Amino acid sequence: MNWPLEAFLSFMAAGAFGVIFNTPRRTLISCGLVGMSGWLIYRIFFLTFEDPVQASFAGAFVVSIVAHLLAKKFRMPMIIFSIAGIIPLVPGSKAYNAMRKIVEHNYLEAIAFASEAMMISGAVAMGLVFAEVLMQLFFKRQAKRIQKKWA
Amino acid sequence: MAQIGETRRELALDCFLLAGRIMMESGAETYRVEDTMIRMAVSQNMVNSHCFVTPSGIMFSPSEELATRFVRINNRSTDLERVALINSVSRKLVAGEYTLQQAYDEMLIIDQTNYRFHIWIQILAAAVASGCFFILLGGKWADLPFAFLFGGTGFIIVETILIETRVKIFAEFIGSFVIGILASITVYTGFASDLDTLIIGSIMPLVPGLLITNAVRDLMAGHFVSGLSKGAEAFLTAFAIGAGIAVVLSF
Repeated sequence: MNWPLEAFLSFMAAGAFGVIFNTPRRTLISCGLVGMSGWLIYRIFFLTFEDPVQASFAGAFVVSIVAHLLAKKFRMPMIIFSIAGIIPLVPGSKAYNAMRKIVEHNYLEAIAFASEAMMISGAVAMGLVFAEVLMQLFFKRQAKRIQKKWA
Repeated sequence: MAQIGETRRELALDCFLLAGRIMMESGAETYRVEDTMIRMAVSQNMVNSHCFVTPSGIMFSPSEELATRFVRINNRSTDLERVALINSVSRKLVAGEYTLQQAYDEMLIIDQTNYRFHIWIQILAAAVASGCFFILLGGKWADLPFAFLFGGTGFIIVETILIETRVKIFAEFIGSFVIGILASITVYTGFASDLDTLIIGSIMPLVPGLLITNAVRDLMAGHFVSGLSKGAEAFLTAFAIGAGIAVVLSF
């Protein structure tokens, strides 16, 4: 694979999505970096283990962790950074193929594609959840201190 | 004295509900909206307040004696800059840097200002995103201009119909339908070779990524009403896109 090209393209794609979702101007480059890291991890995982489900999980996990760290740094909602990075992992091609097979009345293959798309979107969701829980554990002491302040 | 207390409480309620409404309209997660409102309330010595946020309305009860207020949310779009701005105003209010009146004025300004990029920059961004995804998904370099063009066209169509009709599912259906037609025509006339990748790349800017992520995060935080309704919205969008393409492919 042509790694620098993929890195550049995923950076541009995530940054462009940042523009579409109107993220604050000074975070656009960070959004691109989140998208790039997510996509590169996904590709490396995919090329090593050849399992799109696990690769999507790893990609979403990394996107979420990086987004959390950037959110802490910029003091902004985490969602600003995670959105642009998650989009490349959405199983668009699988869902498209499933729909195409349905249109062609090829239902058995359609079920295979559709269930793969379901598995991938579930893996992306699990990646988000795991990263969230991990970050909460990591910042538990800090969160407790804040809670005490508010109680 | 009681009168002053009364107006101050009204101002506080207006302030919280305005913050909640702007955040919800701009695409924030439900649990973040609730968290922000409760924190602002606590900072104004309203410790017994409760709020219930759904994608279509916010209820806020300041305490046991005072009346509950409700605000309806009619149109939702994605404008993350507003979410960040409201977030920073509420942080400043909680930290004591802003008074209630200052925060309220600031939020009114945020509500009335248009922070979006110029529409042509957004269209260009959609086109760039389509082109990048087209290559990432394995498209040929010779077909890149078509992906670029169709991604932008689809975005223009969806935005135009949204301004005219406010029916999201219809706009997305027509947008993906036109993308499908354009892609089929270019492939059958021989200008491009790979129909599938061309269509997938071009519809990428329409994919409901924000809604899906929000739905997952809301469900995780235990906000089942919001999570399920946002999930339903995401499903409807995905269904509209799929149906638009399917109509073209079935011919």
